[in-house]
Amino acid sequence: MINNGGFFGEFGGKFVPEQLVAPLSELEENFYRFIEDEEFLEELSFYLKQYVGRSNPLYFAERLTKMMGGAKIYLKREDLNHTGAHKINNALGQILLAKKMGKKRIIAETGAGQHGVATATACALFGLDCTIYMGEIDTKRQELNVFRMELLGAKVVSVKSGTRTLKDAVDEALNDYMINYKDTFYLLGSAVGPHPYPTMVREFQSIIGREAKEQILEVEGRLPDYLVACVGGGSNAIGLFHPFYEDKTVKIIGVEPAGKGLDTDEHAASITKGTVGIIHGFKCYTLQDENNEPLPVHSIAAGLDYPGVGPEHSYYSQSGRAQYAAITDEEALDAFMILSKTEGIIPAIESSHGVAYAMKLAKELEQDQIIIVNLSGRGDKDVAQVKEMLKNK
Amino acid sequence: MNRIENVFNKLQRENRKALIPYVCCGYPSLEFTEKLVLKLADCGADLIELGVPYSDPVADGPTIQRAAVKALEEGVTLEQIFSMASRLREKTEIPLIVMTYFNTVYVKGIEQFIKMAATSGIDGLIIPDLPLEEADELKTTADKYGVDLILLIAPTSTVERIKKIGEASRGFLYCISVTGVTGARINVLTNLGEFLNNVRQETRLPLAVGFGISNPETARLAACEADGIIVGSALIEKIEESMAQEKSTDKAIEAASHFTSSLRAAITVN
Repeated sequence: MINNGGFFGEFGGKFVPEQLVAPLSELEENFYRFIEDEEFLEELSFYLKQYVGRSNPLYFAERLTKMMGGAKIYLKREDLNHTGAHKINNALGQILLAKKMGKKRIIAETGAGQHGVATATACALFGLDCTIYMGEIDTKRQELNVFRMELLGAKVVSVKSGTRTLKDAVDEALNDYMINYKDTFYLLGSAVGPHPYPTMVREFQSIIGREAKEQILEVEGRLPDYLVACVGGGSNAIGLFHPFYEDKTVKIIGVEPAGKGLDTDEHAASITKGTVGIIHGFKCYTLQDENNEPLPVHSIAAGLDYPGVGPEHSYYSQSGRAQYAAITDEEALDAFMILSKTEGIIPAIESSHGVAYAMKLAKELEQDQIIIVNLSGRGDKDVAQVKEMLKNK
Repeated sequence: MNRIENVFNKLQRENRKALIPYVCCGYPSLEFTEKLVLKLADCGADLIELGVPYSDPVADGPTIQRAAVKALEEGVTLEQIFSMASRLREKTEIPLIVMTYFNTVYVKGIEQFIKMAATSGIDGLIIPDLPLEEADELKTTADKYGVDLILLIAPTSTVERIKKIGEASRGFLYCISVTGVTGARINVLTNLGEFLNNVRQETRLPLAVGFGISNPETARLAACEADGIIVGSALIEKIEESMAQEKSTDKAIEAASHFTSSLRAAITVN
């Protein structure tokens, strides 16, 4: 495990107010204890199988492969999980940990609402009290997800301070956590935040890469040449990448959102265009202005719309273990359409970034080469937005 | 030599408690902040905390966040704040402490930041999101330039941490009176005496209490136990109220001074 006090190279760490030190220490201690506890791991795999529906297929996209005329494209089908995305892997892991720690109440932040829904789902499963913080503006943009969370029994708090978006929801959730940590667990959704969150989220998402490795060895009898996954905070990507870290023949490519173009102000490509800074308690590549203020970011995909990126990705990039590319809104939209038509799979607009890059890459490679793309979620949630965009095209 | 140490020594000799107002630099304008600091120094403040506005202040509550957003909209920069400090330093000997988030220091470059602070006449530095474990480089550099790095402790800090933080902190120890973020609260001082007594077992530094002191009465209660009190959100609220009602910066400075005098009076009675 590449981890030294929560650092990946110079990235990560725990840049938090003193009031958060005690809660995070308690969390760290319990996480490291239970992640090696057989009973805990058995319980987790029970629910991943019976409730989430794992393992999900590593699907050979034959028609897409033919259309590109190059390397074989395999899709890791996280979209087939219960709730339709990889988020549930982590939500379940953290909820089980919360239960072991005797916490009665779960809190989480959410931007577009996907992590909120996953958290509310896992809370319903175990009958835990659930509070989701969401910026007021986001609650209006994502009314249906608010309703979904409420259906699942969660209380959604609309945050009216600051910019009234994800960033303020995080602040509000952290404040709740500082005050109530004795009975409350903060369930963070991406591989970001202060230690131990990036490591913990990676561990709970690594099931993606472990399964993919076993599956590709079974079908192809060898490791893939490339792994491709979209990166916002980077939880689905690190889940796929990490189990292949030591397999140096496997090239790793993270795909960031280039939004309306890397030379515009409207993207969220933190590694490609950012500088090192501190955001939400950890050090990483961030997009900030000349006064060190986090910049407003844009992506067609709400789930990639974040001005920082996980510390482990920052380290993979700096050390050269992985490459980070970027795909524009338009390229992602094309991939969304093409995958729907050629394979009958409507991908999440986030995952479409990975698909778009893999399509370009496949063309440049030989037919006996292999690419695995993480199809991190299904696109039903994006259908209305895409319809709107096509109308205006 | 060091202004912070001198002030606390003097206060101790006079059996008085330190009053430390927090101002948000650039709210509602930097010109306002400059006038305000001089006025507060005249009506009972012993040290001044200069808050550098930041858009993602994880330790601050809604009031300071609101002020910071407005200050950033005004376009206030770190360079301007340091220039203001230099001008203030020509007119007053009151200790000036900069409160800023670590990203601002990190991106500027730790040595560059501390050097700028030292040459602007800044005496101390508070970085609420820099826990002891990450503070080594900054502390060494601050020591080198004679700037006090003031560390924070919370009611949840373990005895072992309090001891280490007490050894590393300079000037005084910032004791957070509550769990949670900054902001005026009504009843916050339960067990403050017990908390501070525990801290005193581990350090001989003066103890200043902040987070949640909202009025003369809470100020008085906190000052009974501590060596100093820090008041931020409540002071900003006075400025906000006055600006909303009177729409005059002079009147707002008046309101802030009046509030500060009332705090001074409250903590001087005992």
